[in-house]
Amino acid sequence: MKIRAQIAMVLNLDKCIGCHTCSVTCKNVWTSREGMEYAWFNNVETKPGIGYPKDWENQKRWKGGWRRKRNGKIEPRIGSKWRVLANIFANPDLPEIDDYYEPFTFDYGHLQKAPEMNTVPTARPRSLVSGERMEKVEWGPNWEEILGGEFAKRSADVNFEGVQKEIYGQFENTFMMYLPRLCEHCLNPACVAACPSGAIYKREEDGIVLIDQDKCRGWRMCVSGCPYKKIYYNWSSGKSEKCIFCFPRIEAGQPTVCSETCVGRIRYLGVILYDADRIEAAASVADEQDLYQAQLDVFLDPNDPEVIAEARAQGIPGNWIEGAIRSPIWKMAMEWKVAFPLHPEYRTLPMVWYVPPLSPIQSAAAAGSIGVDGEMPDVRSLRIPLKYLANLLTAGKEEPVALALERMLAMRGYMRARTVDGVIDEGIARRVGLRPDQIDEMYQIMAIANYEDRFVIPTAHRELGEDAFDLRGSCGFSFGNGCSGGETEPNLFGSPKAAKNPMEVM
Amino acid sequence: MVDYLNHAVFGWYPYLCLTVFLVGSLIRFDREQYTWRSGSSQLLRRRQLMWGSNLFHVGILIIFAGHLVGLLTPIWIFDMLGISHGFKQMLAIVVGGVAGLICLVGIALLTHRRLLDPRIRRNSSFGDNAVLLILFAQLLLGLATIPVSLNHLDGHEMVKFMTWAQGILTLQPGVSAAIADVSPIFKLHIFLGMTIFLIFPFTRLVHIWSAPIWYLGRRGYQIVRSARPAEDSSLSRSSLPGGTARVDAKAVWPKERRT
Repeated sequence: MKIRAQIAMVLNLDKCIGCHTCSVTCKNVWTSREGMEYAWFNNVETKPGIGYPKDWENQKRWKGGWRRKRNGKIEPRIGSKWRVLANIFANPDLPEIDDYYEPFTFDYGHLQKAPEMNTVPTARPRSLVSGERMEKVEWGPNWEEILGGEFAKRSADVNFEGVQKEIYGQFENTFMMYLPRLCEHCLNPACVAACPSGAIYKREEDGIVLIDQDKCRGWRMCVSGCPYKKIYYNWSSGKSEKCIFCFPRIEAGQPTVCSETCVGRIRYLGVILYDADRIEAAASVADEQDLYQAQLDVFLDPNDPEVIAEARAQGIPGNWIEGAIRSPIWKMAMEWKVAFPLHPEYRTLPMVWYVPPLSPIQSAAAAGSIGVDGEMPDVRSLRIPLKYLANLLTAGKEEPVALALERMLAMRGYMRARTVDGVIDEGIARRVGLRPDQIDEMYQIMAIANYEDRFVIPTAHRELGEDAFDLRGSCGFSFGNGCSGGETEPNLFGSPKAAKNPMEVM
Repeated sequence: MVDYLNHAVFGWYPYLCLTVFLVGSLIRFDREQYTWRSGSSQLLRRRQLMWGSNLFHVGILIIFAGHLVGLLTPIWIFDMLGISHGFKQMLAIVVGGVAGLICLVGIALLTHRRLLDPRIRRNSSFGDNAVLLILFAQLLLGLATIPVSLNHLDGHEMVKFMTWAQGILTLQPGVSAAIADVSPIFKLHIFLGMTIFLIFPFTRLVHIWSAPIWYLGRRGYQIVRSARPAEDSSLSRSSLPGGTARVDAKAVWPKERRT
């Protein structure tokens, strides 16, 4: 048993209002630079839809994630190491920038400089890549916002597999949900596996996956390897960049920017202990629908005295073990089983999990027959098809998602009975396999969602890995040349003059 | 004067180029690794790159390997193997010619794309354009030597180039005289070739050093780095990647690789 700890995230989609505050604050902090305008480390998609970049979930097209071979071993879907190298001159599986969108600005200056004329001056779009006029902006990072565009196009969403999708194109049957997405900081990351330079790595202490910006050579195989398309090639610097899980904040015990600024309070951060020796077997199980359970089996119970003793022996710091015990992630994923990995069938064992959203009862007649005495409506009559959610979260297996939705409904029924009728209805809890005290805790963490309950982040122990004496008087994050940039004007090596920031170092 | 010029260009200039090539690469790798990349523009425009880049790279790799083996293998090895100079000359013309044409199609596509596609043109540095055009010119010069070579198929001219190249690398004085009387087209080709070594460290060509062939030898797929101290306490700081010279958090993180 090789115990490691990871800071994992859960997003409660039931509470996401699609305000994009996470995306915008993330963009402002990390990617408002030339070459990264098109990149959103965090974005919010309206589902159903083909998403950003276009059709990213269609791995027949983009070949992200892992593939299980006949002999039971897994290899990146883009191919074995030989095939990766054979495609290094031109990667056939790389999206073009138009698959994300062509970044643009507007001719704001024209508004001030336009001469007197009959019509009001307008600011027309201009490409940030070519600098040329764009007559019409035809795609953007959130083009399908709130079901924008025709259903015929949006319904290319691969999560409709096995769903009679035609009826959901009709107005009275339509449904939608928001899906905020960021790097999954997987246990079995396909980007790491696909990088020929070995520049991408997972940090042992907190599980954050980073790209060493010095070692990246821009072979861009990671972009194809990642099934979530959450690695972005910076076309200006020639290096790939990705969500860094705001590691400088996490190390200091603070939540990521997207979590901190989430106005719906839907994001949770906490420690998960897992057994690294079980990763390969878990990622290689034969049936895709077993991958969700396989990943649960990789996690270790932080309340188990044996696990605690072994974790201590292997050098996991005490505050991390304590964090694992109090972890909201553990409670939602393992105890209440209301959170699920996004597309476990990619076999990457993602570590950003989602609580599926409830939705209104689909037929008005059914809605009228619902009792208020805690009788449970059938989650299959909810407006968002269960199969659709299952395709998103459990490789199509409906039972775990159904149970989670029932538990969330039960929490509402139980709390309604308690606060409105003044009755403790234990039956509601028992029917979904929970104890009343568990429902109380669910309510506290998922409904009230206080700051200290959402974010249980132990601080990093940098003192174990670095000698502070070496660091004295240094510049913190820099390009490795100390406080001088090591560059002269004009620059001999042709690197663009750009604002330096911590992102580019790690 | 002609002798002096010949000696300066083919006796002295090669050492300038090789020194800048090696020392420049080393300094850039050590100090400016963030700038060390292939500089791919595939994300911005896929069109023409798929064919262009593949043909160009395959062609130029064959040509490079041909030059390396053809020029630097000691002549006695060919003699020992019973490969006649004439046969070697024909082999060089045929293989080099075919690879040269493959490369020519590729570089033509790439040059057209780089100079005329608005997205690529705007995001090309002076170095990007210069490297492409110099390689294009060098390829054309190389192909232009083929008709000249057809006039002396016995391979004696080729032996002169082998003598010269091996003489330069083994530090033999006065070896520039070996190619004093060859056709000017060869001299131009050699001069431009050496110039490519000279500009190498200052351009995106450095990505050649980083051809990731050792990826094939990586055990398993995953890479994990730890900030915790290495378990082997005898491992001194300076033996870790990066050494102690620079203050760099990454330098003290030993790598651990596992499946």
